[in-house]
Amino acid sequence: MLSSRALVRGLQSGLWRRVSTTSGMKAAHAQDLDVIDCSVPQYNNRRDTPLPDVPFVQNLNAEQKKLKEKEKGPWTNLTKEEKLALYRLSHELSYAEMKKGSDEWKTVIGGVFFFLGFTGLLVWWQRAYVFGDVPRTLSPEWIEMQTKRMLDMRVNPVGGFSAKWDYEKNQWK
Amino acid sequence: MFSAAVRISAAGIRTAVRSRPCFTAPLAVRCYSHAKPETDEEFDARWVTYFSKPDIDAWELRKGMNTLIGYDLVPEPKILDSALRACRRLNDLASAIRILEAVRDKSGPHKDIYPYVIQELQPTLRELGISTPEELGLDKL
Repeated sequence: MLSSRALVRGLQSGLWRRVSTTSGMKAAHAQDLDVIDCSVPQYNNRRDTPLPDVPFVQNLNAEQKKLKEKEKGPWTNLTKEEKLALYRLSHELSYAEMKKGSDEWKTVIGGVFFFLGFTGLLVWWQRAYVFGDVPRTLSPEWIEMQTKRMLDMRVNPVGGFSAKWDYEKNQWK
Repeated sequence: MFSAAVRISAAGIRTAVRSRPCFTAPLAVRCYSHAKPETDEEFDARWVTYFSKPDIDAWELRKGMNTLIGYDLVPEPKILDSALRACRRLNDLASAIRILEAVRDKSGPHKDIYPYVIQELQPTLRELGISTPEELGLDKL
């Protein structure tokens, strides 16, 4: 289930990336994220797998190939931007980006409360307009007579009902 | 009769095995394994040797690193030094930076481990020209 969610997110990010990138950038990404080939090793962003099976960008353009050549020499000759570019060629997300949470939970909680509220409205409407009258055994007069009878019967005289009635003063304790 | 003979011979074999060195406590201390637990130094030495292989290939580096990060520990600086040098042999700067990120993530709430590791690795980082993730701004979003 987790993998399918990741798949959906991969597809979503693939689609969004398609929309937002220029034609130059499109060539940079190896995988056609609409159709993920599961028969070859795939890239993944996982905290417990620092070095994924394949680099993120596999089809390098000429400029990137040149950078890879430069990587074979001393790394002290690389500028900060070049080092960053090399990192981003191999990895899609840094650890910080991987671990960043999202605000999705707020949407979820908000949605839950919204639908609970809506259900409450439906329940109220049903109570007001669908249900008929309550039986007469729940009317105040009946309840009064019922309570008197329970006290006369000494219902739960030790710790319960009748124990709370003061029989001398004829009132509740 | 045949099964009885087998049982006796099997018991005989078992007693021969039990006479090997073991905890000779009088009560029932059972030796489930006769292997000695590996010491920390042996563990470190094993991993330093693994990454020091001169013709290590990219798969072995990835496998080693992913396995090491899977353990419930932060690797010693000497293991990481060996791994960073392996990255250098493989001309893979991105993996070297990723390893440092992974070490920081592995330390979890213990914020003093990563600065210590970086401090120990400074000579290697300077020699090989590896920038830390912080220097490249990868720890920010």
